[in-house]
Amino acid sequence: MEMNTMNMENESQDPNKSPSGLRILWKEIVRDKLALFSLLLLVVIIIFVYGISLILDQDEIVTVDLFAIHEAPSEEFILGTDYGGRDVFGQLIIGTRNSLSIGILVTLISGVFGIAFGLIAGFFGGHTDNSMMRVLDFFQILPFTMLVIVFISIVPSYTILAFSLIMAAFSWMGIARLIRSKALQEKELDYVQASKTLGTSNMKIIFREVMPNISSLIIVTMTLNLAANIGLESGLSFLGFGFPENTPSLGTLLSYATNPQTLEYRWWIWLPAAILILVLMLSVRNVGEALRRATDARQRRG
Amino acid sequence: MWKFIIRRLIITFPQLIVLSVLIFLMAQAMPGDALTGQVDPNVSPAIKEQLREKLGLNDPWHIKYADWVGGVVQGDFGDSFRFKMPVTDLLEQRIINSFWLAVVTLIFTYIIAVPLGLLSGRYNDTILDSSITGYTYIGFATPLFIFALIMLWIFGYQLGWFPTSGSVSPGLEPGSLEYIISKFNHLLLPAISMALIQTVSTVQYLRSEIVDTKQKEFIVTARAKGASEARVYNKHILRNSLLPIAAFFGYEITMLITGTIFVEQIFGYPGMGQLFLESINLRDYSVVNAIVLLFGSAAILGALLSDIILSIIDPRIRIK
Repeated sequence: MEMNTMNMENESQDPNKSPSGLRILWKEIVRDKLALFSLLLLVVIIIFVYGISLILDQDEIVTVDLFAIHEAPSEEFILGTDYGGRDVFGQLIIGTRNSLSIGILVTLISGVFGIAFGLIAGFFGGHTDNSMMRVLDFFQILPFTMLVIVFISIVPSYTILAFSLIMAAFSWMGIARLIRSKALQEKELDYVQASKTLGTSNMKIIFREVMPNISSLIIVTMTLNLAANIGLESGLSFLGFGFPENTPSLGTLLSYATNPQTLEYRWWIWLPAAILILVLMLSVRNVGEALRRATDARQRRG
Repeated sequence: MWKFIIRRLIITFPQLIVLSVLIFLMAQAMPGDALTGQVDPNVSPAIKEQLREKLGLNDPWHIKYADWVGGVVQGDFGDSFRFKMPVTDLLEQRIINSFWLAVVTLIFTYIIAVPLGLLSGRYNDTILDSSITGYTYIGFATPLFIFALIMLWIFGYQLGWFPTSGSVSPGLEPGSLEYIISKFNHLLLPAISMALIQTVSTVQYLRSEIVDTKQKEFIVTARAKGASEARVYNKHILRNSLLPIAAFFGYEITMLITGTIFVEQIFGYPGMGQLFLESINLRDYSVVNAIVLLFGSAAILGALLSDIILSIIDPRIRIK
């Protein structure tokens, strides 16, 4: 909504100006009802989850209560309890918050590195590009999940930051490849040549001139990456290589389903988390896809 | 073309070397060494030190690396401290299980991808196409492990159509027909779950490939000559679009490896992925290193294979 009013102001200032990147993105989302719905749903989920988790006490929720093991959903526990008698609903809220936060953190770290890598490779081209791309190829072939798991198990002090750095270390390649191909096109354009002639330093051209020009591509890719990273984090937590158990994530709740009894008879423990992950990933992706269409004028609906 | 293949091979060797160095360094960072868990706690430190000297554990790292690589090339990955047996023997049975899981998954991947891609591309922008595209869209956003859990819950537990864990029913004689049927039965649900998710990118690729090819001039020519629709699709378009897809299977290896870790864990299927997770939880690092090295090399060689096949069928993509 804020963005909308901002755009209205722009409009009133100069009606002949061609629409800005952000405005095109916004228009595309409004046109695509599914994306708009997804965006609203996401906003609601985020406000709800972060809001409620302010009231909830994480320590209290993760405290084991042996008198309330595996209780079915009731008035006291809306979604029942797990094998430690812990409230599933509370874990779901805190888990969603943790999963979202870590997803955003990993996306930002891998994004910053991937964008810098891609811009430098694409901008300089030639041998620099060639050798950098060979490094990227190598990382992209490696079985990502396995290496992340191994690194997580050998890292000496295991913290949330270490976890995000390890995840980011193996997930920057996609965005780097995309940004690089865009930078290769961009560097041939007149404004870059003109800036070079004026004697602007390469780094300044790359990060102050080229990067803002491909910002919409960056936003799109980061959005789509966010969806992927939420899935990856919950997958790792599911296998037991995410957060420790006293910091629940959506994957932690799903990992209880590796117990056949839980999977078969106690759907309330894992099914809500599964649905929530699917809803989150699909919504983020819907928004991302609408944004992606917006960056390609031929595919726009609006 | 030979030039390309040689260039591609020259890239592959450093990749394998870097992978082995990476795993070696990881192994060095892991706690414990070949003597941990093997030596009697009553053995005095002096004798332990002698043993370490004899086994070369005090050598500088480059000699250790050379020793290790020398062993690996001959198929010697050391001993598993959990099973007290050579890693190679331990892996044998697991590799066979994972291999069959991968093969059946690949077969299902293509069985699903080809007809869906064809229909979707041929009748694009119809209801049929949009439902197939909808499936690929949702499949793309769904994490494999959630889908596999839900499949296991519905078809394994609620409906009881498939066995819920293991690779074969107990008590059957190896080699008998029942044994083989039971093996296949255990494979079916994990393989279908994995294929249904991993196939979506192939479906999308095939669809866009066919939509593109449909408007090419040689297709217009074929139609102008009076070729029937069936002939245009089966002879002209399919041949053009299927080859790249067949060549992709090398790239799929990386995806299959990630998939097996999750799927084997969920379906309790005793393959490499499950062994990897067990070993890492029990800190059985010689097994972990062997599996990472094997899977990493498989992924690198798979990509090499796909690149070579693709360069043969499509000369445009040869790197310089």
